[in-house]
Amino acid sequence: MTVTDSVRSALEVDKVESHLHPQGSFDVASHVVPTGREEIWRFTPLKRLKGLHADAEFQPSATACTWNTPAGVRVEGVDGDEARALRGVSGLVPNTRFAARVLAEVPSTLLVDVPDDADVTEPVVVELAGSDAGVTEAGHVVLRFGRHSRATVVLNHTGHASMAQVVEVVVGDGAQASVISLQDWADDAVHLTHHQTLVGRDATYKHVAVSFGGDVVRMDTNVTYDGPGGSAELLGLYFADAGQHIEHRLFADHDAPRTKSNVMYKGALQGQGAHTVWVGNVLIRKVAEGIETYEENRNLVLSDGCQADSVPNLEIETGEIEGAGHASATARFDDEQLFYLRARGIDDKEARRLVVHGFFNDLIRRIGVPSIEGQLMSTVEAELAKNVLRDV
Amino acid sequence: MSKLEITDLQVSVETEDGPKQILKGVTLTINDGETHAIMGPNGSGKSTLAYSIAGHPKYTITGGTVTLDGQDVLAMSVDERARAGLFLAMQYPVEVPGVSVSNFLRTAKTAIDGEAPKLRTWVKDVNAALEQLNLDPTFGTRNVNEGFSGGEKKRHEIAQLELLNPQVAILDETDSGLDIDALKVVSEGVNRFRSQEGKGVLLITHYTRILRYITPDFVHVFVDGRIAEQGGPELADQLEAEGYDKYTKAASV
Repeated sequence: MTVTDSVRSALEVDKVESHLHPQGSFDVASHVVPTGREEIWRFTPLKRLKGLHADAEFQPSATACTWNTPAGVRVEGVDGDEARALRGVSGLVPNTRFAARVLAEVPSTLLVDVPDDADVTEPVVVELAGSDAGVTEAGHVVLRFGRHSRATVVLNHTGHASMAQVVEVVVGDGAQASVISLQDWADDAVHLTHHQTLVGRDATYKHVAVSFGGDVVRMDTNVTYDGPGGSAELLGLYFADAGQHIEHRLFADHDAPRTKSNVMYKGALQGQGAHTVWVGNVLIRKVAEGIETYEENRNLVLSDGCQADSVPNLEIETGEIEGAGHASATARFDDEQLFYLRARGIDDKEARRLVVHGFFNDLIRRIGVPSIEGQLMSTVEAELAKNVLRDV
Repeated sequence: MSKLEITDLQVSVETEDGPKQILKGVTLTINDGETHAIMGPNGSGKSTLAYSIAGHPKYTITGGTVTLDGQDVLAMSVDERARAGLFLAMQYPVEVPGVSVSNFLRTAKTAIDGEAPKLRTWVKDVNAALEQLNLDPTFGTRNVNEGFSGGEKKRHEIAQLELLNPQVAILDETDSGLDIDALKVVSEGVNRFRSQEGKGVLLITHYTRILRYITPDFVHVFVDGRIAEQGGPELADQLEAEGYDKYTKAASV
């Protein structure tokens, strides 16, 4: 046991009772099947999850998985002992039945391993292309960034699938890691996923969630720290169309001093029954002195019949913090913005287009991968064509 | 050539207590190349006149007409009015997050002209306009009005005036909140605009000091939703010396 480990276990004495982070367990039997009345499930349409939250069989995958391997990086499907050793490598102790089942039942793990000190400029892009939403399946992914390494990993989800997934990320001390997860699914996809990250001492972590497609997408994004000085930037961009449910739940667990978290999620909704959920949980434990946290969620409602839920939660166990804050806003088009643009000759549609692009632009610019930034601009444009720019 | 003709304009706004009439019959003609100043106390309806002409949805036209070279302005949408040649420099320009000044200017210019400006000359024109208004070259990369100082917002409005080059410019208290240097820079911009053939200006102000730099052809005193008196530039000097008291007292009788 290293010194860090012993400090860590000593800190575990400092338990915090809260519904936001129930005690986890690897034992599947200890997790009852959710009914929808639980705090962490109350927004999710369980009936549309095809049993992934309960006991749907994890069938052989119908999703093709391909990737590139930039020099020096290992990307490989592993199984047996090596896969077992990777379960919980991020410090994840499942707090949901599906996550516990994924760790217990999925025989293999997709591992992206970036060695210590490696500086990888080309992003590792893992393509997950689903072919059949009638097949319920599950996947375990581990992204390991070595000490002082610098790399970007993109998970691109497309096509038809019903997938339960756990993504574990380990960011070594001093590393600079970016993980970008694109949910660009077809309309019938169901995606229940948990991203758990352990941010090393003085490491910098950027996580970007981009959710456009799918019938139901729910992503739980949790971050804990493996030492002081770690920094996490959690960005998200989503666009829900008629009937879509897109849910992002974040949890920044400040369990080390002088750590930082910065959450910025922006979403747009259009069409009857479009529903988005953003829950941003931040816990500042007693030990986490001198931390800084800020979380923000903004939603732009583009048509009638949509619902955007936005719930920031901040629990503070110590008064010795640098800064903590949150903001949440859900609004329609701002008439004054549209008037200003139109008073310069710009017609109504073009003005709305500018406002929506502007709404997402600042966030897109922060992603830091030019090819993805360009792709997202076009995706926003394509989404706008469905409603805002459509000739009525 | 351009002529803005406002005839018996009556405008109301929705309030908690029902509709409230703000403009009570305004008649004013700005002929080819003329500069008119409208002066009046707070709450007299000066800004309502500006926003009504531009087509802000908050204001309901209950009577009267506005025409630009004979065309019915009130029948046009907000953007059609701008494309017809009207420009409103706003007192409180609005922030548009994520939209850069250069993107905004190019989009507006394309809309006004009906075609995209030629890239090379356009970049030169934008840089020249910004420089003349003492705006930093990096100004174009900033988001529209976001984090601008009060002076930067007003100078940005005048940069738009010069680049979009309308037929008639309505300046709504462009001078308010400017220090003396910024006031000079802004006035020079307006003077460059109106030195061109046939450009009309409607200058709305609370103070006389901007009239030292922009000499109007006509001055109108605006009180309680209508024009109480009109005259030449000398009327501004009289207002400077005597204030609005005699008009506001007359209106309240």
